[in-house]
Amino acid sequence: MAKSGKKARAVDHTLRKAPTGIKGLDEITGGGLPQGRPTLVCGGTGCGKTLLSMEFLVRGALQFDEPGVFMSFEEKSEDLAKNFASLGFDLDDLAARDKLTLDYVHIDKSEIEETGEYDLEGLFIRLGLAIDSIGAKRVVLDTIEALFSGLSNENILRAELRRLFTFLKDKGVTAIVTGEQGERTLTRYGLEEYVADCVIFLNHSITQQIATRRMRIIKYRGSYHGTNEYPFLIDEQGFSVMPISSLGLDHPASTERISSGVSRLDTMLGGKGFYRGSSILVSGTAGTGKSSLAAHFADAACRRGERCLYFAFEESQNQIVRNMRSIGIDLEQWVHKGLLIFLNNRPTLYGLEMHLVTMHKAIESHMPAVVVIDPISNLVAAASEAEVKSMLSRLIDYLKTKQITAFCTDLTTAGGGLEKTEVGISSLVDSWLLLQNIEASGERNRGLYILKSRGMDHSNQIREFILSDNGIQLRDVYIGPGGVLTGSSRLSQEARDRAEVFEHKQAIERKYREVEQKKVVVDAQIAALQAQYQAEKEELEMIIARENERDEASAAGNLALARSRKADEFTTRPETIGKTGKGGRK
Amino acid sequence: MKDGKDDQETGIQDSTKEFEMAVSKTDEGCYVLRLFVSGMTPNSRKAIDNVKKICEEHLKGRYELEIIDIYQQPIFAKEGQIVAAPTLVKELPLPLRKFIGDMSQTERILAGLDLRKKNQ
Repeated sequence: MAKSGKKARAVDHTLRKAPTGIKGLDEITGGGLPQGRPTLVCGGTGCGKTLLSMEFLVRGALQFDEPGVFMSFEEKSEDLAKNFASLGFDLDDLAARDKLTLDYVHIDKSEIEETGEYDLEGLFIRLGLAIDSIGAKRVVLDTIEALFSGLSNENILRAELRRLFTFLKDKGVTAIVTGEQGERTLTRYGLEEYVADCVIFLNHSITQQIATRRMRIIKYRGSYHGTNEYPFLIDEQGFSVMPISSLGLDHPASTERISSGVSRLDTMLGGKGFYRGSSILVSGTAGTGKSSLAAHFADAACRRGERCLYFAFEESQNQIVRNMRSIGIDLEQWVHKGLLIFLNNRPTLYGLEMHLVTMHKAIESHMPAVVVIDPISNLVAAASEAEVKSMLSRLIDYLKTKQITAFCTDLTTAGGGLEKTEVGISSLVDSWLLLQNIEASGERNRGLYILKSRGMDHSNQIREFILSDNGIQLRDVYIGPGGVLTGSSRLSQEARDRAEVFEHKQAIERKYREVEQKKVVVDAQIAALQAQYQAEKEELEMIIARENERDEASAAGNLALARSRKADEFTTRPETIGKTGKGGRK
Repeated sequence: MKDGKDDQETGIQDSTKEFEMAVSKTDEGCYVLRLFVSGMTPNSRKAIDNVKKICEEHLKGRYELEIIDIYQQPIFAKEGQIVAAPTLVKELPLPLRKFIGDMSQTERILAGLDLRKKNQ
């Protein structure tokens, strides 16, 4: 029994959160505002306090079925409805559906006379009525500090405020109280004294004529939260805080490889190209072909049927399409098919965070597989280097969690170290290609090499690349006695090589012919010798025949002589010569 | 009032009449006061007593006082733009004025009701 009771209490003790539904805010607060407790939102004039709190109510009503009460001390209900209509929030409609109650509390010091002891029961009753009438779960008081300017008895006010926050907690509503930033305090009248659970500070600062809104969670009792200053944005869709994915480094790592669009470059990259979801940086001085490489990459993605988002900070869409057509890449077809989406913006158009948010929004709405940013170095124009670095690292992290391959180009200034990127993000990227102008024998030629490529066996060679009518073509680079050979020196070297090969071939053929001739001669000699042998043999046979004839003749002569002499009969006759040789010759 | 007129005109005439009456009341120096209290708290009691006393002493016969308990009728708190309690609202004569507190500072109320000058 006791055990189960304890368990139930433990569950109760965990802080529950009311999701705001505001992009990014739930991420940095770890789920939303503390449920059933008041939160203080403070900041200077025009920093977005009212908007944040109203969006909290509207999204609560629409997305989480939690009706809300907006008690305004500054703006009349009609004005509020009008102002928020421009953001697409139909407050009147929400009010008609009992999802939202607007109550404008009018306090005018000039018509109020204080005559003794009082309390703020009127306000409590109104608030209680509003909450009960629609069963509100969320309440906004914007800004309760107006009480301080309307009423002069601060002692009563402070006591009543304390009571108000207890009242809100008792009601179990998640409340936002806004407060104007004071000179040295968070709020002008020290509201932070009363709201101890969660304090969010909004800031609107201008550096180099570019305004940036930032948000910081100063305090969030009983919960972890992001402690940084997070940029946020107010646009036609309301409030959005940068979705900070830099909070963790746990993005998935794909083993899938995708082509760079240049087949020989793929070969250099371990034979298969880049990893999906990796970040690729191409850096180089002006005119080294960064954009062309990017266009190849985009083209390859579209060819695979993937969507590509192309952020161009230097050129217009038409210009890019035209320029890439000159190297045989037709990007327009992909634009027509909706696979390639260009977003062209001047870097100085707005602050860095706004860029980041616009990129986020575009990425969220188009869900691309690859993203090209051309070039990232231009963003430095909008902010300082450190800010750009942090922005890019956030962007890259974000893309990685989404498994989107990022292809960034970076313009390095001539004269500086080539291996130093303008925005110093080299440590963040997975693959880094360096494009370089190689100056030799009165020419400038383009060289490419892979500086690093995480997780693959990449080539260590420099390749020359040529922008031809059929796109980028990589060529082997010749290492001559005077160094790397490119351009026409490479061509002449190639010609020399070809000549050498030809010569070699000819020499072999010549030798072959010589041998052939020799064979003919030998054959002829053999024939001649054989003929000679035949002739000699025939002559020999003739001699033998003649000899035999002569022998027979002489034998006959002898016989006749012996007969005449009456001599004994010869028993043996002389052997014919060459009889043994008869068998051998045939 | 003429006969045979439709309701609308009668309505207009009625409101005109009302207005004229109100104006004549103002001329006479008639006061329309509302006192908003939140239940029977010590402050509420004090305020009711004090207001009644002031009215009897300074506005005898030319005032209308309505006491509203916003606990029982919270909608009046919203409609009357009430923040603090007790609140005394002087609706007529114009301009509208609000007094908050237990109405113990009689002098301030009299000044606010423009009664100081007249009585002097």
